[in-house]
Amino acid sequence: MTSLVTKVKAKLDQVNDYEAEGNMKTDVSFIKAPIGKVKVYFKKPNKFRLKKEGGISLLPKGGVSVNMSTIITTSDFVALAAGEADVEGFKTKIVKLLPTNEASEIVITTLYIDEPNLLVRKAITTTKENGTYEMQMSYGAYANFGLPQKVIFSFNTKDYKLPKGITLEFDDNEKPLSEAQKLKNKKGRVEITYANYVVNKGIADSFFK
Amino acid sequence: MWTLIQIELYKIFRRPRTYIAFIAVAALITIIQFGLKLDGKSYTDFLMKDIGGTMEIDGNILNGYLICYIMLQLLLVHVPLLVALIAADMISGEANMGTLRLLISKPFSRTELLLAKFFASTVYTLLLLVWLAILALFLSLWIFGTGDMFLMKSSYVVLLSENDVFWRYVGAFVFAALAMVTVAALGFFLSIFAENSIGPIVATMSVIVFFTILSTLNIPIFNALKPYLFTTHMISWKEFFDIQVNDANEAIVGSIQNPQKIVNSALVLVLHIIGFVGGSIWIFNKKDVLS
Repeated sequence: MTSLVTKVKAKLDQVNDYEAEGNMKTDVSFIKAPIGKVKVYFKKPNKFRLKKEGGISLLPKGGVSVNMSTIITTSDFVALAAGEADVEGFKTKIVKLLPTNEASEIVITTLYIDEPNLLVRKAITTTKENGTYEMQMSYGAYANFGLPQKVIFSFNTKDYKLPKGITLEFDDNEKPLSEAQKLKNKKGRVEITYANYVVNKGIADSFFK
Repeated sequence: MWTLIQIELYKIFRRPRTYIAFIAVAALITIIQFGLKLDGKSYTDFLMKDIGGTMEIDGNILNGYLICYIMLQLLLVHVPLLVALIAADMISGEANMGTLRLLISKPFSRTELLLAKFFASTVYTLLLLVWLAILALFLSLWIFGTGDMFLMKSSYVVLLSENDVFWRYVGAFVFAALAMVTVAALGFFLSIFAENSIGPIVATMSVIVFFTILSTLNIPIFNALKPYLFTTHMISWKEFFDIQVNDANEAIVGSIQNPQKIVNSALVLVLHIIGFVGGSIWIFNKKDVLS
């Protein structure tokens, strides 16, 4: 299994840096946000920045490094085969990645690897601090580099509540009940659809500070 | 009529106390801006404590749009006092100086006189709001910059795109103007019953404080009363900053969560203005003016 992961990693390693434009959709029960245009920047080994047009972006905590390169960035892991599964019509091999470094933030990552194309179709990552999040990827024109066209993050959300005394809201029924019910108990999702990748053109380190 | 309004405006703006309101608003706004400029991060960190557990928020949250919203929340509770200072003095001030009887002996009707005085106090109120808008919105945008507006409500947060915010402020200020004119109309109404200014000013503020407390108390027995209190409707300007979402939980740019609430509140306020001004004219036309 380690060889399969190494092959996938080698494919991802072709990319030293990239810049991409895309649309980001945030679907979290307590957030009302419109679809926004984003620019995403990545540089090896794990520098990542997402800039939203208008300035304010909301991303799942700990899932900021929203790409496979950062998940398989380390070579210190143990890979275990865990069967096969279908992910959106693609046959995939399930691989459990266990980091050997005790200090690693990631506890375990489960990869669903499309072996013929050497693409990760789905990844479930459990972290020490920020819970578990799932990434589902679909690929397009940049599949050769292992860069997805669309990434869907799913993560668990905590309850959000601010005292009315702080928000200075004293009116009742600030949200119609049906809508509140509709949004209740949903998992959080952030969806990024990429377009216009610019690969290996060089990005200055200072850009990520 | 226009001449009468001009005379009343001249009377308002030649009194030093008129400018107290403008100075007070400027002082309050600049002190808040100063505080947030120096230590805004602590303020946002405190607000973000809860959401920070789930989401990472990147960008300039404390921009001019949010600062203006924070200030409007704080100031629109206190501006009525500044409006009452002038509006509640319009008739009682004349009675106090002994010029009211002289004024109604002039060759125009009592209705014309009252309408001119009310329009003049409305102009003062609107100018105060324009001043508030210049300082709270435009000065804040200049100091803190612009961008998306990230608004934390008690049970959810709203992210408004930068290009979807300004029109909401226009709506909110127009609505706030309606709310403040309602306060002016109340002060004006009370001023016809007194022969000194202090009484109607204090009475206006007492009514507003009393009603505001009833509006904000979440006690079931008072909840039935809330729709009938104009103070409940005065805060409906906030509705401009809530956005609708579709079935996929995407916010619909350019939408308002509850537009009907704004319309209803505006109608209630307009009815109060008509009631207070109409009542003033009706009572004043029958009144025996002795001072």
